[in-house]
Amino acid sequence: MLHHLIRQAARNGFAADLSLAPLSAPSRRGFLKAIGAGAGALVIGAHVPLPALAAEAAAKTVGPADPRPQLFVIVAPDNTVTVLAKHLDKGQGIVTGLATIVAEELDADWAQVRGAFAPADNKLYANHFFGIQGTGGSTAIANSWDELRMAGAAARAMLVAAAAARWNVPAGEVTVSKGVVRHAASNRSLTFGELAEEAAKLPVPQQVKLKDPKDYVLIGKPDLHRLDHISKTNGTAIFAMDIRRPDQVTAVLARSPRFGGTVKSVDDAAARKVPGVIEVVNLPVGVAVIAKNTWAAMKGREALTVTWDDAKAEMRGTDAMLADYRKLADQPGAVAAGKGDADKAFAEAAAKGGHVVEGDFVFPYLAHAPMEPLNAVVALTPEGGCTIWAGSQFQGVEQMVAAHILGCKPEQVKIETQWAGGSFGRRATTNADYIAEAVMIAKAYPKAPVHLVWTREDDIKGGRYRPLFLHRIKAAVDAKGALVAWKQRIVGQSFMAGTPFEAVMVKNGVDATMVEGASDMAYAVPNLAVDAHTVASPVTTLWWRSVGHTHTAYSKEVMIDRLAKAAGKDPVAFRLEMLKDHPRLAGVLKLAAEKAGWGQPMPQGKGRGVAVHESFNTYVAHVADVTVDAKGQVKVDRVVVAIDCGQVINPDIVKAQMEGGTGWGIGHALRGEITMTDGVVDQANFDSYLPMRMSDMPAVEVHIVPSGERPTGAGEPGVPTAAPAVANAVFSVTGQPQQTLPFSRGGIVS
Amino acid sequence: MISINVNGENRQVDVPEDMPLLWVLRDELNMTGTKFGCGVAQCGACTVHVDGTSTRACQTPVGMLGPDSKVTTIEGVKGKAAQAVQAAWQKLDVVQCGYCQSGQIMSAVALLTDNQNPTDQDIDAAMDGNVCRCATYVRIRAAIKDAAQTMRA
Ligand code: FES
Ligand code: FES
Repeated sequence: MLHHLIRQAARNGFAADLSLAPLSAPSRRGFLKAIGAGAGALVIGAHVPLPALAAEAAAKTVGPADPRPQLFVIVAPDNTVTVLAKHLDKGQGIVTGLATIVAEELDADWAQVRGAFAPADNKLYANHFFGIQGTGGSTAIANSWDELRMAGAAARAMLVAAAAARWNVPAGEVTVSKGVVRHAASNRSLTFGELAEEAAKLPVPQQVKLKDPKDYVLIGKPDLHRLDHISKTNGTAIFAMDIRRPDQVTAVLARSPRFGGTVKSVDDAAARKVPGVIEVVNLPVGVAVIAKNTWAAMKGREALTVTWDDAKAEMRGTDAMLADYRKLADQPGAVAAGKGDADKAFAEAAAKGGHVVEGDFVFPYLAHAPMEPLNAVVALTPEGGCTIWAGSQFQGVEQMVAAHILGCKPEQVKIETQWAGGSFGRRATTNADYIAEAVMIAKAYPKAPVHLVWTREDDIKGGRYRPLFLHRIKAAVDAKGALVAWKQRIVGQSFMAGTPFEAVMVKNGVDATMVEGASDMAYAVPNLAVDAHTVASPVTTLWWRSVGHTHTAYSKEVMIDRLAKAAGKDPVAFRLEMLKDHPRLAGVLKLAAEKAGWGQPMPQGKGRGVAVHESFNTYVAHVADVTVDAKGQVKVDRVVVAIDCGQVINPDIVKAQMEGGTGWGIGHALRGEITMTDGVVDQANFDSYLPMRMSDMPAVEVHIVPSGERPTGAGEPGVPTAAPAVANAVFSVTGQPQQTLPFSRGGIVS
Repeated sequence: MISINVNGENRQVDVPEDMPLLWVLRDELNMTGTKFGCGVAQCGACTVHVDGTSTRACQTPVGMLGPDSKVTTIEGVKGKAAQAVQAAWQKLDVVQCGYCQSGQIMSAVALLTDNQNPTDQDIDAAMDGNVCRCATYVRIRAAIKDAAQTMRA
């Protein structure tokens, strides 16, 4: 079935001009459920026939170097255990997490475990939520939990069987611990490496028994080091940026300064004279300068004179766009959620001693700006395909796009996935953007492997931003201080619209990723009305770490504090009253509050704020402490995070993701914004798109709820509540709600 | 031909004088541990030591390095501070994506070479030029303190 879908998708193809062409509908459906639909998404359609898959994998797993790529785990005669990750590790530690799952069931010694990236193969390595190979939506652990436990257990059983045969004893008398297979009665033992070759010849068990969680020795333990902790501290870890193929050339691409602009004419005479410049090629996506090295390529691009055609370009600045959004917000939008009669409830609340609170929230465009600027190396193969070295996040899509550009079969596109220097959503595009560019350049210059490098300026100005959003919220508490009505209008671009995902993701005119976290609000409220306006613009947008929750959690949680204040209630108590049907949300809220010392009086000028939210089936609460100085300047001092992500594989990595997610959320709330003047992006580099730095970072304390529930993700859920907790802490001191982001706009940070 | 000394070795490179040291290291000498993050001295990913001083390789034209300048990169950094810093980074699993970490480590080594008991303010001042988009700052701070303690012991 899957095979059929991929073939169908490949036939449908992808347009070489970077406009989007269709993925097959059924494969995209699974994908979208996971990525877009938010709560509940991981549950629906989560299962493929895993036993079959695990068995297939395990069949090829135990043994000496097997040249076939379809593997999850290789037990080698040198006694190493290599776990192949089908997911991209962009810092979230997934290679370590996946390896831990296999090693646990295999009873390997952690010191013998290695991680590697699986080759691109939609048949063996599809993300079960997506139907193609790809990483995103904090799905990796949930996706792999069953198949990797089974693969590990199957491999273990085969090693046991090999030892039992060698010793001529019943398999039931053979034990395994820390990579050593033993027969206690005869006091004999063998390493995995010594058994690898024999085990490989044995049949794959059809049934395996998985461990009881109480017997775990690796899963959930705090002292397991990341598999990349040494190579990333001595400069030896290889990123795509570091790939050096024989005769490799470097390309940079001149792109339109305005979104939607195209090349009208090029004068490349001066560029061609720059020492080191080899070739200049005009492509549908821009003008590529190919050179001996990066410096020459950059100098060559500076020497280009390109005239751009702005006929179809966005010519508005962000102020004008926002003004248009405000006008739209006066009109009803497409309905995303509705129950009861909110307007009637507002009238009643106002008449009967309740309080109605209103506010507009503004969220700017935000760039992902992963630390490693986007880049990929492409080498054409004599057979008409190519090899791609990249921090590839949607291998399945990239293979198909590259195949379409080159006119070859997807199988002829080999992807060597590399450690990625961050992504935050940026590398997961529905049209493989930068990889497609690299393939187009390689096609135009087939003589040598081509390394396409984006500069930081290309990245900051290059779009695929978290969209600009306006939220208009009106909510009311009654005279007793109970939340009675919530009305919310969301205006912004849909990054699903105009893509092959639109048909599935956009329902009744509402893109689910725009309203997730709002339309499914967890707080009990009898009257709820959420609607949305989808705005079109050539400015390219994309999911950005935690997707819709980046803005919906913020406006919700800031509004809740305003309502608590109006009701004269404590912010934690007010929330708990409304979360009676959500024990896991209430659980993290209570835990964070308790650990932070919620309720203690704060000294003059210090404030404490809270926020709680569910995203990607994970529950997170933040409590933030801030200092507001005499000049009104805010410093975030400390943050306490509580998370419930089900069974934890590696608690230290979960902790790291909460630290990082907190920094991501707060960092952008402080000063992050992309603005445009007459359609041209105002920011260029880290001197104008201001990142969080060391002196901005608060102390972070993380508490994990012990849980035996199925594991969910941690990469994104640490983001949504960080910034609103800080905003609420500031509100507790100043009484000023922070409704326009970033905070620098309101003058509370410089 | 320009002659430079990198990690104790004399190297000859045939490049224009204005080519930044960053690209000489990465593209000419294939030493890719030093990273490109911004190219404008705003992120610290390219941090190396020139005669022991923390230096942004992206803003150092190779022609400006004197023949006696000694360049040290992540591949060659050695000594008590380097050892303590790398060990602390590994002990605390500081890294996430890892792309910024060569630069973070070079800045931290320079800090601890001069100051074995840095305060939080010293750490802010020495490390604010090194961006980490994964926000590993909490652990970088802890690792610097851990390394400082090792060095003082
Ligand atoms: S690359 Fe040199 S400081 Fe960013
Ligand atoms: S570890 Fe990813 S940028 Fe620092």
